[in-house]
Amino acid sequence: MEILVSNGSDLPIYEQIASQIKNAILSGDLEPEQKLPSIRSLANGLGVSVITTKRAYADLEAAGLIYSVQGKGSFVRGGSVQFLREERLRCIEDLLSRSLEEAKGAGISLEELHQMLELLAEGE
Amino acid sequence: MLQIAGLRKCYGDFSLDDVSLQVPEGCVVGLVGANGAGKSTIIKCILGLTQPDSGSIRLFGEELAGMSQADFVQARSRIGVVFDTCAFPDVLSVREAARIASRAYPAFDCGLFDSLADRLGVPCKKRVKELSRGTGMKLSIALALAARPELLILDEATAGLDPLARGEVIGLLRDCMLQAEEEGCGVRGILMSSHISEDLEKLADYVVCLDEGKVVFSVEACQITDSAGVAHCTHSDLERVRCSDLGQLGALRVLQRPYCIDVLVPDRQAFALVFPDIAIERVGLDEYLAFFLKGDVL
Repeated sequence: MEILVSNGSDLPIYEQIASQIKNAILSGDLEPEQKLPSIRSLANGLGVSVITTKRAYADLEAAGLIYSVQGKGSFVRGGSVQFLREERLRCIEDLLSRSLEEAKGAGISLEELHQMLELLAEGE
Repeated sequence: MLQIAGLRKCYGDFSLDDVSLQVPEGCVVGLVGANGAGKSTIIKCILGLTQPDSGSIRLFGEELAGMSQADFVQARSRIGVVFDTCAFPDVLSVREAARIASRAYPAFDCGLFDSLADRLGVPCKKRVKELSRGTGMKLSIALALAARPELLILDEATAGLDPLARGEVIGLLRDCMLQAEEEGCGVRGILMSSHISEDLEKLADYVVCLDEGKVVFSVEACQITDSAGVAHCTHSDLERVRCSDLGQLGALRVLQRPYCIDVLVPDRQAFALVFPDIAIERVGLDEYLAFFLKGDVL
């Protein structure tokens, strides 16, 4: 597992850690039931306080993405990929609705929007 | 592991005044402050080298003041201490020093000492006086850790070590705590007094600042490194901040600089949202300290 934390980022470190683990779960790099590093070994490896990694894991657990077993460690919760995908779809729907609204307001047609989307995708 | 409450000790022209701090299990607490602020006095009280005038010190759950001699010796043997000078006569060889330590500490593990000395690069055949300052410190650390303490107290223990050596020591301390967690025994708490902010930023979970015998702040280390920020303000910026909700909320601390005013902000992300045009950045521990020791309240 690769996690990169940056002091220069706008996001607090615990959020950086949580969101990278979230992405790894979504992309399948972390598999269901896979054991995560212990809170302390993650803290040691990243050079941060255990309070920070504890918080990241607590947030992930609260979001239903991981679970912890006393004495054993923390594991990726099965079904997380589905759950995260739903969340991402909702987010994208939101963004698309807003784009549609803006387009309507500026008199931009649906066809033009389609073209824009294709151009952007090509540019990737 | 260690709980201090209301500690008072008067020395004439200096006194510890109502000092409270804790080292929770599994945590590293950094103790900072100017020389003479009282850090070493606190450590002496914990080790029973000096009697406080009042207040409570609980070691491993037991009140220090009420302990019998036998109980105290027991508790004391569970504490490892590293000062900034090597306590052994300098004519001794490293190996001889280790042998003396093994008599003084019942839990001293010679095999562990050998592997720690090896890891840190302390030559066993040399005499203590032949060791460089840095290597002497590493010897002290190896001796302390070989006694398998549960609570480790470091008083300026990384002073005099070059950056690489400090990194090795910090790494070693981290590994010790990880091992303790995984194996159920070993160092479960560290109290470290240090001037070297970089070490504390890497290792500490909490930071307690002492000034003239009083606790000035006691916060989670990530509050300093992760949340807090320093905003660089003009006079008019400062007025806007002063009049805003953020300015009213808590006491913001300021430092007058030659060409601007620096403001210590508890939450730099929140600040950046309210004042996107004011330059704000992460604050290091040294600067954070300066705000409290030399700055003013806005």
